[in-house]
Amino acid sequence: MSLVAAFAASHAPGITGRPTLPPPSDSEPVFRAYRELRARLEAAQPDILVVVSPEHWANFFLDHMPSFCIGLADEFWGPTDEEFVRIARRRVQGHARLARALAAGIAEDVDLSSSEELALDHGVMVPLHLLRTALPIIPIIVNCLAGLPAPLHRCHALGVAIRRTVDRWPERVAILGTGGLSHWPAMPESGRIGVDFDRRFIDAFVGCRIDTFLRYSREALEAEAGPGGHEIRTWIAVAAAAGDARGSLLGYQPVPAWSTGCALAALEPR
Amino acid sequence: MGVSLYQVQKLLFHVNRDREVRARFLAGRERLMSDYDLTADERRAVLDTDFHALYQMGVHSLLLGPLAAALGVSFPDYLAMLRGTPR
Repeated sequence: MSLVAAFAASHAPGITGRPTLPPPSDSEPVFRAYRELRARLEAAQPDILVVVSPEHWANFFLDHMPSFCIGLADEFWGPTDEEFVRIARRRVQGHARLARALAAGIAEDVDLSSSEELALDHGVMVPLHLLRTALPIIPIIVNCLAGLPAPLHRCHALGVAIRRTVDRWPERVAILGTGGLSHWPAMPESGRIGVDFDRRFIDAFVGCRIDTFLRYSREALEAEAGPGGHEIRTWIAVAAAAGDARGSLLGYQPVPAWSTGCALAALEPR
Repeated sequence: MGVSLYQVQKLLFHVNRDREVRARFLAGRERLMSDYDLTADERRAVLDTDFHALYQMGVHSLLLGPLAAALGVSFPDYLAMLRGTPR
């Protein structure tokens, strides 16, 4: 079997934590896009969902901060930040067999770390909650947070390696990248949104031209999209996994009250 | 990054992520803080939950936002405190 669907979606904690803070004209396009993503995910009938999500101080601190870490366990729990996102803590089914195969396959090209007990924060739990999915997941955590996040072309290599391994797997696999787009999360600048950056990035993502973004420096990315903009790393991994795909934007809405340019998009792998 | 900033961030990371540390934090911050090597300014900022001071000294915002939520501070109130413009 092959990769049956690829998606990327913002995971702003406010979507579940402060759902009524923005005006409905801001929030409803995001909820509508999540409903559309859910419908497309269900239509693709995957058996397993790979979730590429940023780290937010759930698992790693400044003593150890890996660029990439795959969760190998058969179960996880989250969210770690339940008061922030107002989602009840729960167990989430993992998929150790594919996780181990993925880890081995990715490691042919990309040096990644692995964990037997990853905790899930809002980056995974907000999308899972809104998608109401009980699919077993394989979390791949990407440092978009602190220290020196991997250069963007390495995130692309991660996505290519994920796809190569998934294509050898007998079950139906979907991938979801979460995070972004521009935001200054929980910072004094919260509410600022780099709309121009977001639109250019979305165009590249749905147009299968993500390569045009791979040479962004950390500094330029942060200047245009904020510290939260580092989370486009997960979108880049998804774009690389999807390869030559049919892209569509499910929704884009700058939501200052959620501190985020909220975007959801789908790539149908060919 | 100074060693000291590292210690105050480590304390807040533990408060956010470790339920036992969270309980100790809520029960009495002074005793918990003695486990970390904090400066006088850091001790005061933690004691007062002074988000503005903590942010200005370099504490990462995603250690502060979830902490505020865990302490029952609304997000708009948190942002006002962070900006030093309490409502």
